Amino acid sequence: MTIRDSAQLSLIRIVDATFAYNRRPVLKDINLTVDRHDFVGVVGPSGSGKTSLLRLLLGTARPQQGSVTREPGTDVAYVPQLETVNWNFPVTVEECVLMSRTGRRLPWPSRAERTDVADVLARLGIGDLGRRHIRELSGGQQQRMFIARALLRRPQLLLLDEPTSGIDVGTRHDMLHLLGELNGQGLAIWLTTHDLNGVAAHLPQLVALHQTVIASGSPGAVICPDVLERTFGAPVEVLEHLGMPVVLDRYDEQGRAIA
Amino acid sequence: MIETLLDPFAYAFFVKGVIVATLAGGLCGLIGVYITLRGMSYIGHGLSHAIFGGFAASSIINLNYYLGAGIWGIASALAINRVTRTRRIGADAAIGVITTASFALGIALLTIFGNKGPSFDAALFGSIIGVSEADVWALVGITGFTAVVIFLNYRQLLVATFDPEVADVSGVPVARTDALLMLVLSLSILATLTVIGVTLVAATLVIPAVVARMLTNRFSRMLWLSTAIGATSGLVGMNLSYHLDVPSGTTIVLTGAVVFLVVLQVTGSKGLRRAAQLDSHPEPAPAAAFKRLPAPK
Repeated sequence: MTIRDSAQLSLIRIVDATFAYNRRPVLKDINLTVDRHDFVGVVGPSGSGKTSLLRLLLGTARPQQGSVTREPGTDVAYVPQLETVNWNFPVTVEECVLMSRTGRRLPWPSRAERTDVADVLARLGIGDLGRRHIRELSGGQQQRMFIARALLRRPQLLLLDEPTSGIDVGTRHDMLHLLGELNGQGLAIWLTTHDLNGVAAHLPQLVALHQTVIASGSPGAVICPDVLERTFGAPVEVLEHLGMPVVLDRYDEQGRAIA
Repeated sequence: MIETLLDPFAYAFFVKGVIVATLAGGLCGLIGVYITLRGMSYIGHGLSHAIFGGFAASSIINLNYYLGAGIWGIASALAINRVTRTRRIGADAAIGVITTASFALGIALLTIFGNKGPSFDAALFGSIIGVSEADVWALVGITGFTAVVIFLNYRQLLVATFDPEVADVSGVPVARTDALLMLVLSLSILATLTVIGVTLVAATLVIPAVVARMLTNRFSRMLWLSTAIGATSGLVGMNLSYHLDVPSGTTIVLTGAVVFLVVLQVTGSKGLRRAAQLDSHPEPAPAAAFKRLPAPK
């Protein structure tokens, strides 16, 4: 994530990128590098450009100015927000995971593909759910299914859009633990999140985004009142609890949030 | 009883009609799965009306129906696809403008110049009479082409229908896949229009797919179930058309509707739940897990 000369380590480099959607600028002067062992959270309010940044990294959007350069051979996989998925779509977990293999012309999976799907589902702890319809899973299992689909591509970089949105606290912990394990196995991970206390504070590196990069670095460097006020446009207080930053809304004496 | 049922098979025109209706029902059932899951049911309705404009124009200038209406229909489908992709106006508005204008133009042309091809009623509601050998072969060809397209692009069509963004990331040419689907949809409507009719084609696209969805949670199973239900509705509907002396499109659609009611009775609320919001992107059940805490006092 750092802006440093580490050509062998970097997977994607964004240099002076500006991106507009329907002529409305969404991202300006973005300079970021995705490294091979990154575990990075992108924080920012709605409309700050988090999803557009993911699209630049995915290659589904191109900057109007600047450049996004991907190391040859880099495969990037994507896990969508659970809220954007059509849960009534008639697919089982196995069918959904197999969607990341689009190269084969024959509709049915090969023996090797069946084995790969079973292996990745077992690796993520949902090996016995392959024949279930996707709606029959819990929020955490649904998230694991999409991570399994992404991993089936054997990517170097995994991008997740708000992976902890809409799931409960216990599942969120499991998710962060799982992502930490995958990162430890060599997978670079970038995710977006609104959740400063529950997610961002637990990640090793953060990027605060509001159309441009406000700050980047360790949680201690990013989760501080000045950076968060510039990022979210509202004053906050940051306390320390067991060595971790905790963000609180700032209230006046009548208990009203200070805007 | 059986003799009465088999009687019409002595007539060549009826045999041709049955073959065409069965193939047309199966073809619409197959395409209908993608159309309903993509929330494009209205496109089927619109395209059939658009093709009517081509039907009228080709009838007047004595151009082959498949050529004239085919070019017209494909052009309309691609125009809808293009207008929708610009996202300046919604898909429903784009379909509404392009296809109803084409339908109105068709009526105006037929009113001014008179009809030289199949009858107006036959075009609107479908007809068992006048199915030529060329119609049968055209439908066989289009059904075969569609089956091959879907077989060879099964995986790409599935992921582009379920999750276009992930499809794009996975290297699926989403725009080309969408255009291919519009092409086979236009051809299917073109080939089935004379038997099922402009006003009823949309139902043959939607009903088998909805019934199949009520019966299964697997995509591959939904595809063949919908095809089988569509083909059966075509076969039974065409026989009913002969015996009741009612336009074939009407009886085919009513047969499908009866199948829907029977399956609804059998599957109950489970089936309804599956078929509800076929193309929607609702929030998942666990979304309610978070509750906003009240401000401290």
